[in-house]
Amino acid sequence: MARIFETPLYPYQRSADQDPVAPVRHPVVVVGAGPVGLAAAIDLATSGVPVVILDENDKVSWGSRAICFAKRPLEILDRLGCGQAMVDKGVVWNVGKVFFDERQVYEFNLLPERGHKRPAFINLQQYHFEKYLVDRVRELHAEGKPIEIRGGNRVKSVGQRDGHVHLEIETPDGAYAIDADWLIACDGAGSPIRAMMGLDFIGRTFEDNFLIADIVMEGDDFPTERWFWFDPPFNRGQSTLLHKQPDNVWRVDFQLGWDIDKEEEKKPENVTRRLKAFLGDDAKFELEWVSIYTFQCRRMAKFRHGHVLFAGDSAHQVSPFGARGANSGLQDTDNLVWKLKLVIDGKAPEVLLDSYDEERIHGADENILNSTRSTDFITPKSEISRTFRDAVLELSEHYEFARPLVNSGRLSVPCTYDGSSLNGPDDEKMPPRTRPGSPACDAPIGDARVDGGWLLDRLGGCFQLVTFDVDAPDRLDVDGIEIERVSLSARDDPGGALAERYLGGRESAVYLIRPDQHVAARWVGFNETAVRDALNKAVARDTDRG
Amino acid sequence: MSELITKANIARPDDFYAELIGLHEGRSKEDSDALNARLILLLANHIGDMGILRQAMKAAAKTVQAGND
Repeated sequence: MARIFETPLYPYQRSADQDPVAPVRHPVVVVGAGPVGLAAAIDLATSGVPVVILDENDKVSWGSRAICFAKRPLEILDRLGCGQAMVDKGVVWNVGKVFFDERQVYEFNLLPERGHKRPAFINLQQYHFEKYLVDRVRELHAEGKPIEIRGGNRVKSVGQRDGHVHLEIETPDGAYAIDADWLIACDGAGSPIRAMMGLDFIGRTFEDNFLIADIVMEGDDFPTERWFWFDPPFNRGQSTLLHKQPDNVWRVDFQLGWDIDKEEEKKPENVTRRLKAFLGDDAKFELEWVSIYTFQCRRMAKFRHGHVLFAGDSAHQVSPFGARGANSGLQDTDNLVWKLKLVIDGKAPEVLLDSYDEERIHGADENILNSTRSTDFITPKSEISRTFRDAVLELSEHYEFARPLVNSGRLSVPCTYDGSSLNGPDDEKMPPRTRPGSPACDAPIGDARVDGGWLLDRLGGCFQLVTFDVDAPDRLDVDGIEIERVSLSARDDPGGALAERYLGGRESAVYLIRPDQHVAARWVGFNETAVRDALNKAVARDTDRG
Repeated sequence: MSELITKANIARPDDFYAELIGLHEGRSKEDSDALNARLILLLANHIGDMGILRQAMKAAAKTVQAGND
């Protein structure tokens, strides 16, 4: 049977755009049909913005690549209508074990908080992830939504003129050109668009190599846990990670060091020898995918360049420790798409797009900081750094205090846009976790076990006014932008999570929620002028552009 | 914010010093370094206050000649 990543999913087909002499103009073109590009396109099409996705290939990405998807991206996928397929297929895990030398030094449990629809993490091969997104694209297309995916279309030049983007595209039938009002470049860490535009991508290179082997192992010798070894006997002086994926596929990640012969290390017989030293001579497995990677932590100085917007790895790159690559890319498009739609519809000034830069650069810097710290712990850069690292690991076996210092990857948590220029008023007696800038926190409404009522299923896609035991109009129109009311009561969740997460020390609350489910502002009571002002701030209408 | 104590604060300084040196007796340089790292981590956790820890790091660094930087 052909594997998913060997089957063309969107083979090249000649498009009508290739016939006319003058380039056809599209509102939005997305370059790259990876997880980020597909999510961007689905988000746009769902909200009615016509979008064309261009990709030079016609298949999902080969091999597994990203495997760990966090709660926040799953919530975003729910909003895009494809979270359930991912969660059904994915492996949910909570326990992690840390080994040092020959022994386990401690174990942790993510102990997911109750009262959330989605788990803290699932593991899922990137090819499954992309396949479900492509399925969703097809579904939307069948429903008549304006979305089109063009395989075998390689962008060979990009230019901006008169407020639009001009693209020259190479296909098996020769070249053609199209124009786009807006271009979203989701073409990966090696972004050809970025290179063609001559833009910088600055950061730190880490002199290290990692060997990924995704192997198929029958049986259940290993539990569904994340196992991380520092300096194990089977990989001296280096680290190793073992993590389960669906279909009995296991991710093994061996740190190799800097001075190695990559071609030699990648040979199946050498990979197998390494794996046997690790799993035992009797272990039965099949290699699905082997790759050696090095990485950098870096980002572009700006993600927006006129009418070209960069998202995902094309804009920022991190080490893989912490699952911050695809997870942050999905938060990029979550942040970008509603802003772009308001600008395209003429309801918000173009300067709103600069807040994409502001908010997501904040996110990228947070990810780069965390992943750089993990990398420095996993690969100490000096003798004294290794001494302290080993001391932390040694102490962690005996003393609880040292465990939070162990850093085998700080797992992705949602980004809060503290200090964003779009944030409105806060109330200091309400819980910090739902302060302006933060993604709305899920909670059960009604009996979630019976009617499956979750707060986040009610949020997103437009501006909303969530009222807790407060009267307010069902709809408000603020110069063309509609605010829809979601009326709730603290009593809607008998378990108390809703009140604990949104009311804190207050008896009532009013939250203005952005289309990406982030909190824009909150008050104790409803005041129409205050809500209108906050809405205008959240779409940058208040910006002095003189 | 509380201040790092830099006035004498140990009741029997000679006893403390002898025990500190005694802890390292007969150890290789590598083992002593490992021991010192563990000691610093334990003490730092006991102090806990990041302000104090930062002052201590700064105070210690100030008294060491500039390195290769």
